[in-house]
Amino acid sequence: MPLSEQRVTELNALCRTFRRSVIAQLHRIQTGHPGGSLSVCEILTVLYFEKARVDAGNPCDPLRDRIILSKGHAAPMLYRILAEKGFFPLDDLKQLRQFGCHLQGHPCTEGTPGVELPSGPLGIGLSAGLGKAIALRLDHNPARVYVVLGDGELNEGTIWEAAMSGAKFKLDHVTAIVDRNRVQLDGTSDEIMPLDDLAAKWTAFGWQVICCDGHDVRALDAAIDAAHAVRGRPAVILADTIKGKGVSFMEGKSLWHGNPISDSQYQTAMAELGGDDR
Amino acid sequence: MTPSIRDVYGASLVRYGLQDERVVVLDADVSASTRTGAFAQACPERFFNVGIAEANMAAMAAGLASEGKIPFVNTFAVFMATLGALSARTFAGYGRLNIKFMGAYGGVSDAYDGATHHSVEDLAIMRAIPGIQVLVASDAVLTDWLVRNAIAVNAPMYIRLSRDAMPPLYPEGENFILGQGKILRQGTDVSVMTCGILGSVALQAADIVAREGISVRVVDHFTVKPIDRDLINRCARETRAIVTAEEHSVVGGLGSAVADVLVRDGLRVPLEMAGIPDCYTQSGSYADLMAAYGLDAAALAVRLRSVLARA
Repeated sequence: MPLSEQRVTELNALCRTFRRSVIAQLHRIQTGHPGGSLSVCEILTVLYFEKARVDAGNPCDPLRDRIILSKGHAAPMLYRILAEKGFFPLDDLKQLRQFGCHLQGHPCTEGTPGVELPSGPLGIGLSAGLGKAIALRLDHNPARVYVVLGDGELNEGTIWEAAMSGAKFKLDHVTAIVDRNRVQLDGTSDEIMPLDDLAAKWTAFGWQVICCDGHDVRALDAAIDAAHAVRGRPAVILADTIKGKGVSFMEGKSLWHGNPISDSQYQTAMAELGGDDR
Repeated sequence: MTPSIRDVYGASLVRYGLQDERVVVLDADVSASTRTGAFAQACPERFFNVGIAEANMAAMAAGLASEGKIPFVNTFAVFMATLGALSARTFAGYGRLNIKFMGAYGGVSDAYDGATHHSVEDLAIMRAIPGIQVLVASDAVLTDWLVRNAIAVNAPMYIRLSRDAMPPLYPEGENFILGQGKILRQGTDVSVMTCGILGSVALQAADIVAREGISVRVVDHFTVKPIDRDLINRCARETRAIVTAEEHSVVGGLGSAVADVLVRDGLRVPLEMAGIPDCYTQSGSYADLMAAYGLDAAALAVRLRSVLARA
C-alpha cells in the first residue's frame, strides 16, 4: 500500500530535520562527510522509520531487520537517525568524532547501539550482509537484511564477488540499496570509474533490479516493497540521488565529499534546508 | 605413515564441526586442497563454496559470525593473510567477531608452486592486528586440538596449517593451554623457540649437537599470539642463549615476537633468528627449500653452536 499523504509529510519533515542537524554538527566539528550524508538521507529515513523492524528498546532482538551502512562515511546521518530512534541520547552527537566518544568517524560496534557491523573500508559490507542472510536462513529467522551501498563503492571488486554470491545462494531476503549520487571523492563517477549500464550489470549478475528516485520517500517505500516481493534471488534498488542534496552549493560537487563548512556557508545551508532544529 | 596436517584438519573439522550446529565452513574453490571437502560431503547445508573470491569470503564470514555462527574460513595461508586481511582487521579484530581464519599450505609447504604460493608473511600480518590470536599447527595432535579449541573459544583466530605431514610431537590426548608454549625437550645450554614443523627439526638439531655435549631445550611456541612471556623469561634465565626457528620470514614472526619480549623485559641473552630471510623464495622440493633457507637440522645445529659462542 502506498504511503499516505500524511506519512509522506512526516517522513519529509524528519529528513529536513536530519539534514539540518547533520550540517550543524559537521559545521561545528569542521570535519566529516556532508555530501554522502545528505544523499543517503531519505534512504535511511525510509528504512529506519517505515520499512525495517528495529527497536531501540531491544537492539539485539533476534527478529530485528539488519541494516548495514556499507558506505560508512555517511555515519553522521546514520548517527542522527539512530539517536532519533532512541538508540542513544541526541546529546551524544555533540561529541561526534571526538576522542573518547563512541560516535567514531566511521561506524563501529564498540559502544554504539544499533550499529550492526563496523564499516568504512568500502566494498565489504555487502558480503557481510550476505553472511548475515545465510545465518538467518540457517536459523529459520524471517528477518531481512538491508545493505546501503555508495555508488563509488561499486568500484570495489568485492562488490561484484558478493553480487555473484548473493545470486548463487539465492538470498532473496537481502535488499541492497545503492545511493546513486554519481559523485565520488575525486570527481564524478563518470570521470573516475564509469558504472553504466549499472542496471544491466546487476541484472547480469542475477539480481532483481529496481530503480527509483532516492529522494522520494514514497518511491523508496514502493521500491522496497517490490524488493520484498522478489523470490529466489536478491534485489538491488538503484536509488538516484544527488550528492549534497538540499544545499545548493554542495549539490553534485565532489569537493563536498568531505570538506569543512565555513560560517557563511553554514548560514546559507541552514537557510536553504528549512525544517526544525532538534 | 603420518597423515598430512591438511588431512588431519579435514577430519577434525568433520569430527567436531558436525556436533556443533554453529560451525559453518567457507572455502574459496580450494576445498580439495584444504580438505574442507570432507566437511562439505558430511554437512553440505553448512558448507559454502564462494568461488575464487577470498576477500568476499572473509567478509561473508563476518556476517555469519555476527549472527552467532562459528565460521571457519579456508584458503591458502598466503591469500588468507593478504586478501582476507581487510576483513580480519575491520570485522574480526575491530568488530570482535568470532571468525576462524584457517591458513592452509603455511610456510613453504606448497613447495613446488613457488614464491607466489608460499606463505612467509602471514604470521607477521595477523600478529599486527589487535585482538586476533595467532596459532601454528606443529603436529597432528595439536592440529586436532586447535580445531576443537577454535570451536570452544569465542575469539577471532588465525590458525596456520600445512600441506605436508609433520612428525608426531605429542601423545594422543595431550592438553594444551592457549598462550602457553610447550617444552618438547628439557635442556640447559640453549633454548630453541619454534613453531610449526621447526619443532621436530629442532629436536633433530638437538640430537646432533648433543653429541658435542650441548644440551638444548626445545620449545614449541605454537601460540605466537598471545606470546608466552613467562616461558621466554624462564628460557632466557635458565639457558645461556636463544634461537628462534620458524617457517616464516625473519620479519615480524615468532622470532620478532620473542625478541620483543627479550628486549622489553631486559633479558640480556644472545639471540639468533632462523627463518626465511627477507626475500622471495623459489620453487623446489620441500626438503630442498628447507635446506636452502637454513631451516633443516644441519643448519639449525650451526645456529645453536654459533649462538652459544656469543654467550
